[in-house]
Amino acid sequence: MSTPTTTPGTTAPGTAASRTAAAQSLQITAARPYPELLDLPWEVPLEEWPDKHLAALPRGISRHVVRFVKIGNRVIAVKETNAEIAHREYRMLRLLNRLEVPSVSPVAVITGRADRDGEPLNSVLITRHLQYSLPYRALYSQTLRPDTAKRAVDALAVLLVRLHLTGFYWGDVSLSNTLFRRDAGAFAAYLVDAETGELYDELSTGQREYDLDVARTNIAGELMDVVASGALEVDMDDVIAISDRIISRYRALWSELTEPESFERGERWRVEARIRRLNDLGFDVGELAITTDIDGTSVRIEPKVVDAGHHSRRLLRLTGLDAEENQARRLLNDLDSYMAAADRQNEDEEIVAHDWMGEVFEPVQRAVPRELRGKLEGPELFHEVLEHRWYLSERAGRDVGLDEAVHSYVEAVLPGKPDERAVLGVDTQAIRVVADD
Amino acid sequence: MATVTFDKATRIYPGGDKPAVDALDLHIEDGEFLVLVGPSGCGKSTSLRMLAGLEDVNGGRILIGDRDVTTVPPKDRDIAMVFQNYALYPHMTVADNMGFALKIAGTPKDEIKRRVQEAAKILDLEQYLTRKPKALSGGQRQRVAMGRAIVRQPQVFLMDEPLSNLDAKLRVQTRTQIASLQRRLGVTTVYVTHDQVEAMTMGDRVAVLKDGLLQQVDTPRRMYDHPNNVFVAGFIGSPAMNLLTLDTVDGGVQFGDTVHPVERSALAASGDKMTLGVRPEDLELSSTGLPVQVEVVEELGADAYIYGSLAQPGRDAHQIIARVDGRRPPEKGSTVHFTAKQGHVHLFDQNTGQRIEATA
Repeated sequence: MSTPTTTPGTTAPGTAASRTAAAQSLQITAARPYPELLDLPWEVPLEEWPDKHLAALPRGISRHVVRFVKIGNRVIAVKETNAEIAHREYRMLRLLNRLEVPSVSPVAVITGRADRDGEPLNSVLITRHLQYSLPYRALYSQTLRPDTAKRAVDALAVLLVRLHLTGFYWGDVSLSNTLFRRDAGAFAAYLVDAETGELYDELSTGQREYDLDVARTNIAGELMDVVASGALEVDMDDVIAISDRIISRYRALWSELTEPESFERGERWRVEARIRRLNDLGFDVGELAITTDIDGTSVRIEPKVVDAGHHSRRLLRLTGLDAEENQARRLLNDLDSYMAAADRQNEDEEIVAHDWMGEVFEPVQRAVPRELRGKLEGPELFHEVLEHRWYLSERAGRDVGLDEAVHSYVEAVLPGKPDERAVLGVDTQAIRVVADD
Repeated sequence: MATVTFDKATRIYPGGDKPAVDALDLHIEDGEFLVLVGPSGCGKSTSLRMLAGLEDVNGGRILIGDRDVTTVPPKDRDIAMVFQNYALYPHMTVADNMGFALKIAGTPKDEIKRRVQEAAKILDLEQYLTRKPKALSGGQRQRVAMGRAIVRQPQVFLMDEPLSNLDAKLRVQTRTQIASLQRRLGVTTVYVTHDQVEAMTMGDRVAVLKDGLLQQVDTPRRMYDHPNNVFVAGFIGSPAMNLLTLDTVDGGVQFGDTVHPVERSALAASGDKMTLGVRPEDLELSSTGLPVQVEVVEELGADAYIYGSLAQPGRDAHQIIARVDGRRPPEKGSTVHFTAKQGHVHLFDQNTGQRIEATA
């Protein structure tokens, strides 16, 4: 027996605001106050919100009603669901954020909504829109290249390994429940929907295997749907090959990150080699268990704690730039070649990095006219300019300078790119089953 | 189709001091709809996940049919988790939406077609097979999702709180649909819920768990009429059973200013107090008996529920719920007396909480 959560106060005739105040008593749970939230029409079902509040209209039907809403200069995603689920997912997303898992950030839960007649309305979960993130259906405009699909699956495999290392069982792994950000020619994946997820100290093999099986089935289904829409021209074998990739990529990464390795005592270099391999994969080793057998002839090493973001962290430390892993790797490579070209390898890394920022990175950013800045994030833009320079140099048969490259890029390439700061409204295309109509 | 057996199955979480599921012994018949129910943390979901292969089993075994699946990976157990995957694909037909997992598994085309046809017939979706999901109603879409599980023809369906994200109205509708569909398919089903009403209305049998221990497994009727202990007595039934600690006297227990007779053998089995349980519908207004001060009267038409407290000086205030005739309910604020219907009370040991049976 549930009672409505509304508080029927005294109904004061007059302004809409006073009617609103009388009809509902909102409870807002938020980590940080967003006063602008109070200005939104919570007494109206989300589906009927006036356009002036919306950042984009979603296409398709969703199990939950989801809307992207402008508040100040921010965009938030508002999802209608029941109070219990909203609170649960809010707590889960906060935990995941604290654990530095790539996922959307929760903003607030609002319960106690009611319409003007006092009829209770669903609660909402509010998350922050992740800038420059793309739903998988926005990774292509007309046709999805199989290579793009593969890179999306690769990014999802990395995300799934990271989630599993943290002890997060997802329960509904799919491309639709993921957002992608460009990452120097590859993608970085972010978890969007944590509704079915659970956090444990450690996952069982069964939980990991089940997530993988669900992932493989969902990815295949999603690709079959893209094929059915005419946007992907591959046969069933290709679909299976791409969806099977989640399993092979996951297993390869998981074993490199977690499996013990044994070798002869004389081969101690293999400890260093393992750490370097993990660094190359973008992981730092927080703890490494090293054991020797009784007579000391063989050594066994097992990574105990690995943290993703090796290159991102190094870049952040040196330059203050926040970038995805591959972008960071790319920028660090450029920094290294800058260091070598200037013959400054023996100097303090921080100082050289500071000069590189001022002389190389920032001039490239400044070369982009203001109106084109919403197209790509800074680090991705830098990566693209480097790619463009390589392409120009090859065509010209000489080493084209960065100045020339950036001007050519801004003139010839960038204007043709879509604006990706806020690509909205395409992630609800999968029709959710439980849409009450 | 198959039976499911938990044979002293135990799950201890790493670092946990006591088992989340403690030596669970449960045998589920072929085709049976069994509901696991209990409060949060009772071990019901853990039990289901052990069966699904998502949780390691630290002791005992789990069998599907005669096959020991204790260490078998989830995908090789021949089970289907229903409602875990909600998304329907907008560009694919209803038939493809139902059969796509078989296609991935490499099932021959004819076989897929046959199974999809069969499932569609059972689900009343035959005329929609060539349509896109967008053209379906919410209820039909849900049936398509069920169809996905059905075409896989698993030995066992597993459902973990599948209705939790529905609103109250849709929940009741879907509850009935799932139960009747399960009966038509005859596939062994294990269903987890925290809601005892859901458990009682859906299950062939209901298993009540608390603190990782199985309290009772019985048909809903038997569970209601014959709870094995105080916990089950209080958990099953809405509004809940009244549980009162009463003094034992010669010939029975002191029930207000009357004595409610109790069999000699039952009295002999207890100390100077026992717990008496009586459901709201088994209390009768009377001029003598338990004095109750009426605090709230909930009128439901034919019936009314009285929420009141025991008006006995020197005793702890005790909430009493009673069902009375809806046409003549007592007034709020008044004091009334109740006696318990003979043969409709449940007696429990005051210390162990176990049911005391009259053996005479």
